[in-house]
This record gives sequence, C-alpha cells and structure tokens, in this order.
Amino acid sequence: MSTPLILLIVLGITLILIYNSLVAKKNQVTNIFASVDTQLKKRYDLIPNLVASVSKYMEHEKSILEDITKLRAEANKPNISDEHKIALDKKISSALGSIMVAVENYPELKANENVMHLQRALTEIEEQISAARRAYNQAVTDYNNALEQIPTNFIASAMGYTKKEVFEISEAERKNINVKELFN
Amino acid sequence: MKNISELTDFYYKTLYPVLESLEQNRKTLRHRIVVVGVLFTLFFIILGYSLLDAHIIQPDFIIGLIIGYIALGGALYKWLISDYAKDFKQKVIKPLITEIDKNLRYSPELHVPSEYFTRSRIFTSTPDRVSGNDFVRGKIDGVELQFSDFHAEKRHQDSKGRTSWSTIFQGLFIISEFPKHFKGNTIILPDAAESLFGSYLGSWLQSNNFGRNDLVKMDNIEFEKEFVVYGTDQIEARYILTHSLMEKLLTFKKRSKHPLSVSFRGGNIFMAIEYNKDLFEPSIFHSLLKYKIAMEYIKTLHLAIGIVEELKLNQKLWSKL
Repeated sequence: MSTPLILLIVLGITLILIYNSLVAKKNQVTNIFASVDTQLKKRYDLIPNLVASVSKYMEHEKSILEDITKLRAEANKPNISDEHKIALDKKISSALGSIMVAVENYPELKANENVMHLQRALTEIEEQISAARRAYNQAVTDYNNALEQIPTNFIASAMGYTKKEVFEISEAERKNINVKELFN
Repeated sequence: MKNISELTDFYYKTLYPVLESLEQNRKTLRHRIVVVGVLFTLFFIILGYSLLDAHIIQPDFIIGLIIGYIALGGALYKWLISDYAKDFKQKVIKPLITEIDKNLRYSPELHVPSEYFTRSRIFTSTPDRVSGNDFVRGKIDGVELQFSDFHAEKRHQDSKGRTSWSTIFQGLFIISEFPKHFKGNTIILPDAAESLFGSYLGSWLQSNNFGRNDLVKMDNIEFEKEFVVYGTDQIEARYILTHSLMEKLLTFKKRSKHPLSVSFRGGNIFMAIEYNKDLFEPSIFHSLLKYKIAMEYIKTLHLAIGIVEELKLNQKLWSKL
C-alpha cells in the first residue's frame, strides 16, 4: 500500500473517532439532563402539598408562597429551554429555602407531622438534585472542553455544536447539610 | 466514643498490671525464642553438613534444605508464641475494644466472611485462599459494623506445575451499613495512574480501564488527586459521594496513612486499608509498654471503630426511614 493511502486511512479513522466521541459527549449531557429534569419534577410535585400545609399558619410569608406557586406553574409548562429550566431551578431553590427558614418561626408547623414528612422528603430530593446537577456539570464540562480543545474543536464547529451552560452550585450546597438545624 | 488520649490512659493505667505480667512472659519468651532459634539453626547446619559429607544429598539440594529450614522455623516460631499471643489478645486487645464500645464482640480466631470481600468488588481478582483473624462485630449507635484482619491470596501455577501465592490484599477490611438507598455500585480506589502519569494522560488511562465500570470524575480537586472513582451510575455516585463525604474520606485517608479503597454496594460501605502485615499481634522483641507499640494498637482500633462517627454513618434521617 502506498504511503498517502495509509495516511488517508489513518486520518479517516481519526476523524470518525473524534466525531463519535463528540456525539457521545453531547448525548451524555442530554441523558443526564433528563435525570436532572426528573428529579426537579419530583420536587415540583411536592410544592402544592407544602404550600397547602403551611399557608394556614404563614401569614407574613404569603408573597413567597405565591411566588413559588407561580414558579412551579412556569416550570411545568411544556417546551421550555434547558437554560430557562436551570434559571427557574435556581429561583425555586432559594424560595424553598426561605420557606424552610420561615417554618422555624412557627412552633405548630415544626411539630406538624405532615410538614415534618415534607421537609424530610424535600431534603432527600435536594440531595438527589444536587448529585444530578453535579453529574450534569461534569458532563457539560467534558463537552465544553472538547469544543475548545484541539483537534476536537475544528470538527465540533463543523458539526455546529455550541457551548452549554452549567448549574451554579451554591456555597450552601457545598457545605454539609446540618440536620440538627433542620429538625430542631 | 472514647478518644485516643482516653484510650492511652486506659492502656497505661487500667491495663498496667496485666501489661506488667505479660511483659514478664514476653521476656521469658524472647529468651526461649533466641535459645531455640540458635539450637534449631545449629541443628540444620550440622544436618546439612553431614548429609553433604556422606553424599546422601547433592549440593543442589541445599536450596530445598533452606526452604525446609524457613518453613519449619516459621511453624516453630508460631507454636512458641501461640500461648502468649492468645493471652495478649484476651487481656489487652479485648478490653481495649470493650472500652471503646461495650456493644462490640471480639473473636480473635475469626475473620470477616470472605463473601463480603468478593461482594465489595474492590479487587477484580477473586481470591483462592483467604485468612485473617481479630474479628470485631457489633452495633455502634445503631449502625452495624464489622471488621477484621484480612489476607486474600491468589494461586499461580507456572509451566512446571509449581504453585506460588501472591497477595491480593492484606490489611484491615471493614464493612458497615450506609445510610442511603442506592442500586448500583460505586468504587473508590487509590489513584495510581494520575499520580504516575499526570492528570491528562492519567485520566485517559483511567477511563480506559477494562474490568471496571465507568469513570466518575469528582468535583473536588484534592479528592481527584488522591482517588479514582468508578461507578455504574454517574448520578448515584455523586449522590453517595457528597462534598462532605469526600472531605471526610480525605481526612480518614490522611489519618490512616495507608492506601485506602472504598466501595458502596447493596446498602453497605466496604473499606479496605492496606497495611501489608498482620495487625493486633503482640510485640515480641519490643516492650508492650513502649509508646509507639501501644499507639499502633490503639490508633488502628480507634480508626476502624471510629468510621461510624467519622463518616456520619449514623445519620439515618432522611433516606432509610
């Protein structure tokens, strides 16, 4: 076999390998986002229940409760973009956080069996969402790296791939969840 | 749980009379070992010479004689120290364990069931021979914990049919309940590739490690340098390995000062700490009252029993209700 032909074959195989690795990375991002989405939905499903249980007692926090109901409705709309979902998740997380803090001010709520159960369920889901977000961020980082590194970047731009956004991991999430603070 | 300095106090104060009498035994035993050792060696040398002199054996057989000397010598040594070792375990190790937590049971002769070792999937090769001792089992703060000295070996056979044994693992093997629900398995191994080949080539090598599940890259730089994680599920691996657990495992690794592998499977956490020697054995040639010797027993026990508290395995609040 002549040298140019061998070179051509090697080049062809390299291109195929790069192409496949890029597709795999893109699909990994999509797959993991689907899991993030499932977890987020699970959390959305808990919101109406939570709002119903606490609204009788929470007079001063009516606005947060209304906000979170609105955010939930928006997040449940079909065909919203991934970026929008990420932004909504951030808002919902912080609203849920404020509700949890507010619960501390109502002794009747803290002792309420239903609220306690909801809190536990939310903490559990929060852990799962956090894990899913971190997995998503790693997949996006691998994907984004491939989009910037040589030689994958040339092929990626030819395939029309664009960079994706990561979830911001809040400082609070990096810390250990203090169980005592939540349940005392 | 008692801390290290309280345990050191216990060792030197409460156990002092016991240690003193054991010390006497140890000195007599040491003397006996030296005398028996010298006589035994002399016997073998004379035997070798006379056999060679009388042309009963060929000079190549000298190797066989040396092997026989080592094997017999080892067995003799074990036999000589066995009473003293038993005494030491009953009078020192057992009270130490009970002092740390009175719910723990200690069986000096037994070891962790070998199916746990295989089930952990930390090691890819299945052992052909397992041994071990110093089995400790019980509940700490409601969490089932067991550990022991463990030695797993693999048999090799060369073309001439000679068998030899190689060690897969020797050290402390710990099993405990893990407070979260999960379905797959996640394995944490010491990072050999990344420290040898640097992060770029190393991580490429890791991702092509056949016989293991997918590589899971963790978002803690220090943890990534120290360990490599493989798992069946990217999300589940991170659900188990939260930022705080990664920090705790790093601290644990630093305290143990020995290679650490961890796996999560079937609701349990498995930990293999490689010491490459038999632990909790009595010292023969050094005093039992020596600080360094005492600390080795205390620290190792404290480390193993301490994992429930250290890794917060007792926080069963949300998932396993």
